[in-house]
Amino acid sequence: MKKINKLQDFICRTELKMSPFFERTSQINQSQEWKRWGGYLSATQYDLHHDNEYFAIRTKAALLDISPLYKYRIKGTDAQCFLDKLVTRNIQICTVGQVMYSPWCDEEGKVIDDGTIQFLAENDFRLTSAEPNLTWLIDNSIGMDVSISDESDDISALALQGPKSRDILNSISSKSLDSLKFFCLIETDLKGIPVTISRTGYTGDLGYEIWVDPSQSISLWDLLIKYGKRFGITPVGLNALDIARIEASLILLDVDYISSRHALIENRKSSPYELGLDWTVKMDGNNFIGKKALLFEKKSPSNWKFRGIQIEWEPMEKLFKRVGLPPSLPSKAWRVSTPLYYNNKQVGYATSGCWSPIMKCYIALAHIQEEYSQINSKLDFEIKVEHFNELTSAVVVETPFFNPERKTSCPN
Amino acid sequence: MSKLSKYDAIIVGGGHNGLTAAAYLAKAGKKVLVLERRYVLGGAAVTEEVFPGFKFSVCSYVVSLLKSNVIRELMLPKFGLEILPLESTFTPFDKDYLFRTSDPDQTYKEIYRHSRKDAETYKRFGPLMGQIGMAVRPILETVAPNPLGINFSDIVSLKKLFSHFNGLSDENFEYLCKLMTMSSSDFLDEWFEFEPLKATMAASGIIGTFMGPRSPGSAYVMLHHYMGDIDGSFRAWGFQRGGTGELSMAIARSAEYFGADILTSASVDKVLTKYGKACGVVLENGDEYESNIVISALDPKLTFLKLVDENDLPSDFVRDIKNFRIRGSSGKVNLALDGLPNFTALPGDGPHLRGAISISPSYDYLEKGYDDAKYGNFSKEPYMDIILPSVLDPDMAPPGKHVMSCFVQYAPYNINGGWDDMKREAFGDAVINTLAKYAPNIKDIILHRQVLTPQDLETTFGLSEGNIFHGELTLQQLFSLRPAVKWADYTTPIRNYYQCGSGTHPGGGVTGSPGEMAAKQILKKWK
Repeated sequence: MKKINKLQDFICRTELKMSPFFERTSQINQSQEWKRWGGYLSATQYDLHHDNEYFAIRTKAALLDISPLYKYRIKGTDAQCFLDKLVTRNIQICTVGQVMYSPWCDEEGKVIDDGTIQFLAENDFRLTSAEPNLTWLIDNSIGMDVSISDESDDISALALQGPKSRDILNSISSKSLDSLKFFCLIETDLKGIPVTISRTGYTGDLGYEIWVDPSQSISLWDLLIKYGKRFGITPVGLNALDIARIEASLILLDVDYISSRHALIENRKSSPYELGLDWTVKMDGNNFIGKKALLFEKKSPSNWKFRGIQIEWEPMEKLFKRVGLPPSLPSKAWRVSTPLYYNNKQVGYATSGCWSPIMKCYIALAHIQEEYSQINSKLDFEIKVEHFNELTSAVVVETPFFNPERKTSCPN
Repeated sequence: MSKLSKYDAIIVGGGHNGLTAAAYLAKAGKKVLVLERRYVLGGAAVTEEVFPGFKFSVCSYVVSLLKSNVIRELMLPKFGLEILPLESTFTPFDKDYLFRTSDPDQTYKEIYRHSRKDAETYKRFGPLMGQIGMAVRPILETVAPNPLGINFSDIVSLKKLFSHFNGLSDENFEYLCKLMTMSSSDFLDEWFEFEPLKATMAASGIIGTFMGPRSPGSAYVMLHHYMGDIDGSFRAWGFQRGGTGELSMAIARSAEYFGADILTSASVDKVLTKYGKACGVVLENGDEYESNIVISALDPKLTFLKLVDENDLPSDFVRDIKNFRIRGSSGKVNLALDGLPNFTALPGDGPHLRGAISISPSYDYLEKGYDDAKYGNFSKEPYMDIILPSVLDPDMAPPGKHVMSCFVQYAPYNINGGWDDMKREAFGDAVINTLAKYAPNIKDIILHRQVLTPQDLETTFGLSEGNIFHGELTLQQLFSLRPAVKWADYTTPIRNYYQCGSGTHPGGGVTGSPGEMAAKQILKKWK
């Protein structure tokens, strides 16, 4: 609604940081619901309900403020070698203009964090992460010709995600994005604003992330809103993003796994193999932190797998029918560890889940003991039916749950 | 005349119910052929690029009642089902407006602006309709028994229904009886006082029906529209991405995945019978297809009075079908726009353009519109249910342009002097002039317009008399009486000839239900 609140000077005091886009996001946040993200105030939803925002990700173009991400600039002749040592993927094969996703581990091969590595120019990289990693980076660069700086506050970022995102950027970019491949980046300008655009995101859809100098933040926001309007651009908060990332089966630190750095007990730590990130561990390249431990784990694999499950409808419907209700489904994504059983024995736990509005099914990401983790295995999932815990059938399915062709394709 | 392949089942009509029945039969391993007269599938649930770059859900424009088990059993999300939420209703009137959304607090505050009493009552009314909807839903999901010859399986299903109704409180039973018999205006008057709110709610009781809000029976039609609200998982109202035709295509892809053959531009002339049994069809081009059974997804008039010989049917049944009320009452105006309409009551862009826009300021407004129709004219100031699909789905129009779908009532099929081009344009003008009273910029932004009268709905989409539900949803033609007593279980007086369109139980709307229930019933009896 176009109602202007009469309390024009809506002032609040907070020790939390405001993103460079806050001047705009605070004005349009109908619900005034915020969440903390990396010490920043981050909008959970701009609308009163997140539905419209979710569908903007899948049918239009969603605009998300991702400035709270931690960003590190890594430069120097040893930069590539350093990153290759740091993360589990083979960074030696990375070329300028490419982006790679990878987790990084401690010496025991347990995951500390995960993020993307942007190869900006010769000897010049940017690493993004969910948590602060500066000390870890510096400590591990000793003896190498690299300079590492925390540029978290020096770069703002917006994600533009959804089927119409390319059309919007093409309408304002001096370079066409048509040939920009999945996980690649380009330097361009958007109507004169210099930006780096990477074809990356956290939604599992066609989408981009735009990296810009903070002084240009507001101009960039306004520009995207202005030119994106014809394509249905919609500011989107974290509630809608959470559903999209579960559909895309993308893990979240402190939700689906705990960083080995702040796990209180060994059991809480996970190796990349236990997080479904086997594909990121390149044993044929140079040494990386944790390689020895992971080589060992490969020989005697862990008993835990990370899988997607689908909670079956009919048995759940029956349980609810017994109390005279239609199935009550989560309207938002949940993040409560939920037990999974096989023959009344607990064999796993789901860490996040949601009702998928696009696939019309109830999905969750789960840690499951290997012998019960095969595709099509049936398990029992704990749900609450009118205050009572019940078990209902769930089946292990392929991930990503949602994986549209447009995510990786380029126009002809 | 050429004889082509033999099928287990031939389905006449590739509308969404025909396709649903085909998918279920094919899934059960039957060799199925769907024959669609038009070049495009979907029947009234169709998307067409009427003007270059502008796509329209030409007839049926929203989805709310599509059964969740149909979605799952036919794996429709895998084949393209994507339903975008339409979660608000905007009613402009005079200089003000009423804007209800899915957020209860916002809606409470908004109604409170107009009536404190109604704001509170509204919070009670929703759950009540939910409870009654939950009570009625099993009726919709039960194959209608023949009251004249109840068999064992009927007794079992009726017993289930009775035990279900036993669970209703006295109060809710009273409301259910009222809903089944009263007019929507009388029913709503017992609850609310604010006219635009009452009129907008009552409007769902007249959609597709030749009745006014003050006509007894309209409350049931209103309840029918509430049924989609109770499914915990799916939004009350939605819009299929790519238009309603994409929903039909999702069902068609599912049917093909299960092995069904689908032919378009294949107009069936007659159902062939041998020794009193259906045994195939002949197309207008002379092609013949043999099959064990034939299922008509067309409305009862076409199913019994066109596809087969009246002489093959009992005369009392023919009389029932001739008396079956199928009077068209509505038209459709589809507009290609250069921008968005600007409503005087709430100027500019905003969430009110993302939902339904209802031109229903008062009972009198609706009832006067009905008065025009009663005496053979279209409403000079019609009721309209409007959506702007391109706001939800930019692919429906070129960037920056929009498509607007206006469901318009009343437009009687039997208009004085009959419909012609001049009357069609005059009807279109009445719609635009009415719209312009609320959104004056509309005339400046119209690039193209498509006006569909009930007669157009009949000739183009095969809806007899232009009735969108294949027959009115009034008590005398529901459940065991739809389309006629003794023949509400999808069978017909001709052996191996079945029916599965919206003219059968549980009736119209994009539910997939008649198609699903007919197929399941046929499979049960298959020998």
